[in-house]
Amino acid sequence: MSDNKILEVEDITLRFGGVTAINGVSFHVTEGELFAVIGPNGAGKTSVFNSISQVYKPQEGDIRWKGESLMGKRPDAVANLGIARTFQNIALFGQMTVIDNILTGRHIRMNGNWFDGMKWFGKAKKEEMENRERVEDIIDFLEINQWRKFPVALLPYGIQKRVELGRALAMDPELLLLDEPVAGMNLEETEDMARFILDIREELGISMVMVEHDMGLVMDIADRILVVDFGKPIGTGLPDEVQANPDVIAAYLGTELSDEVA
Amino acid sequence: MAFGRPLLRRSYQEDAAILPTWFQKGSLVFFLVTLTLAVLGNGFFEWLPIRLFGNTWLGLIVLTTIFGIAALGLNILVGVTGQVSLGHAFFMGTGAYTAVMLGGNVGKEESWKACVPFHDNLGLLESQGECGLGLPIWIWLPMSGVVAALIGIIVSPAAVKVRGLYLAIVTLGLVFIGLHLGRMLPEWAGDFESGRKWPKLDIRLWKEETPLIEISEDGKWFGLIHLTEVQKEFFLIFAILLVMLWFAKNLVRSRTGRALQAIRDRDVAAEVMGVPEFKYKRTGFAISSFYAGIAGALFGAFTGRVSPIQFGLLLSVDFIAILLIGGAGTIAGTMLGTLFVELLPEVVESFTDWLAGQLDSGGPIGLMANFLLTEGGEGDFGPISIATVAPGWPMSVFFWNLVIFGVLIVVFLIFEPLGLFGVWLKVRNYWKGWPFSY
Repeated sequence: MSDNKILEVEDITLRFGGVTAINGVSFHVTEGELFAVIGPNGAGKTSVFNSISQVYKPQEGDIRWKGESLMGKRPDAVANLGIARTFQNIALFGQMTVIDNILTGRHIRMNGNWFDGMKWFGKAKKEEMENRERVEDIIDFLEINQWRKFPVALLPYGIQKRVELGRALAMDPELLLLDEPVAGMNLEETEDMARFILDIREELGISMVMVEHDMGLVMDIADRILVVDFGKPIGTGLPDEVQANPDVIAAYLGTELSDEVA
Repeated sequence: MAFGRPLLRRSYQEDAAILPTWFQKGSLVFFLVTLTLAVLGNGFFEWLPIRLFGNTWLGLIVLTTIFGIAALGLNILVGVTGQVSLGHAFFMGTGAYTAVMLGGNVGKEESWKACVPFHDNLGLLESQGECGLGLPIWIWLPMSGVVAALIGIIVSPAAVKVRGLYLAIVTLGLVFIGLHLGRMLPEWAGDFESGRKWPKLDIRLWKEETPLIEISEDGKWFGLIHLTEVQKEFFLIFAILLVMLWFAKNLVRSRTGRALQAIRDRDVAAEVMGVPEFKYKRTGFAISSFYAGIAGALFGAFTGRVSPIQFGLLLSVDFIAILLIGGAGTIAGTMLGTLFVELLPEVVESFTDWLAGQLDSGGPIGLMANFLLTEGGEGDFGPISIATVAPGWPMSVFFWNLVIFGVLIVVFLIFEPLGLFGVWLKVRNYWKGWPFSY
């Protein structure tokens, strides 16, 4: 970990009509860091992710990737800069096989156009073979070899989550946004996923931002944590600091009625 | 590749092959050889007992081939990219009229006025305006695809704005615009009812008298084989289908094809993976329309005379039916669907004709014929009418065909969304595992 800030989110505000989903959230991610965003349901965590990948366009504030503003870029342009993500409710390409899904992740690292594809021989064939090798590495890494030819819609939930991680990894990203990577998983699957996340960080050196509800996991593996509630940031810091923060405790456990009236 | 272990793959290249096993490669060769022999028949090989396909059947097979090319295109748009379009007939029409403008007979007079069909006082067609540039096929055939693709690109932004059913309605509008243009521009489309003449499929280098390869007349090819016109047309058009098929297969197994499928399955996720939605929807529309344009041009050239009415809504619906019955998104399914939709009516009709001939033969077939067919006389019952005029019940074969068609679409949608291809997969998997259930 270094002090080199790669992603800076500065005071962003996102409104949908009268609803303010994000209200002045700021944070930064340094190179090699595992940064976590937590908060109660509906706090705006996923909206922060959607703002970074520019699926939503925040009205105020700025998001900078290595000094370059992401605001107003198309989602695919953001992806091209090396920002990959997974989704809370799995968003795999259901009718495609595991291999094809992960190969789609290689899209930004390939450049054959439709004509190269149609004539196959030459560029397309060479490119397919090279990238297939990379995909097989990822399949090995995530231990999903036996599923590789299955259409992903048929796979169990835990495996789908892994395939989605694999698809994001295939982009060779510099920053990985993980939206609830262990949501709905049992203990064993959670432990597997935690191991993959740590491996990604240590072996591949990819910086990560993670949204997660599993506090045990977050406190164990995150370097720093941002807590949001009702779209507002209520605390940033090391896991121990955040755990001790009274505002955070109030957001999660609620406050006494008398306090609120007063 | 190991013969004994067809599923053993030793390289990624083998794994990505279109026909990965020797059995599949062999089947393709066998199919092509059989088809060639069936088409050539005893006209060429005297030891063959019959000419399997008469000119009527062969003509129908050529039409099926042409429709197969168009269906491949719609499959790329609807099955692979997931954009429902009812405008395929319009793109076919675009290709057809590009072909006739570029390749049609050169008008006798210079002015465009001479191109307009002229009716006399009684409303009878007196002069068939015919204008074209008389260019050779190697220009007008690719250009008809290119022009259709350009129109597709112009239309594609609509697909980013509207989705699903709404897109279907927007593209439906295209068909009516096309019909309207056909009526408004007689110098292009000829007479609205009777249409105009299309260029022949003869392959010329430029505008010379004797074509390089003669297609439109019976005769010897390269001084070797005596072929009829339809046979020649079949071989040319079937070769084009094979090439287009190969292109479509390659597209689906490469980067662009995966991007299209990604947009079909999850468009937001696709964008976040770096697949620009707009660009690839445009690509999908362009390629699909290119196929339609080529098919339209061939359709015009093969039938010889087409009127704008033929590129109407029914044609678009035919293509949607092909995809639904065959299995949208699969290329093999598209081919099966085309065969089924285009040939079934003729099979039903031939069967009825044959049955009608057996009416008085007695025996079980005669009994069945008596049971099924009716001429509408007293005490003569049966569901299929063979009377010349058959209003209402019992229905004529033509109406029965429509009913069968409609029922099939409903049945496939409910019971087998993967279409004929899904049926084939089930049968194959059953026999793969036999006698075990899996």
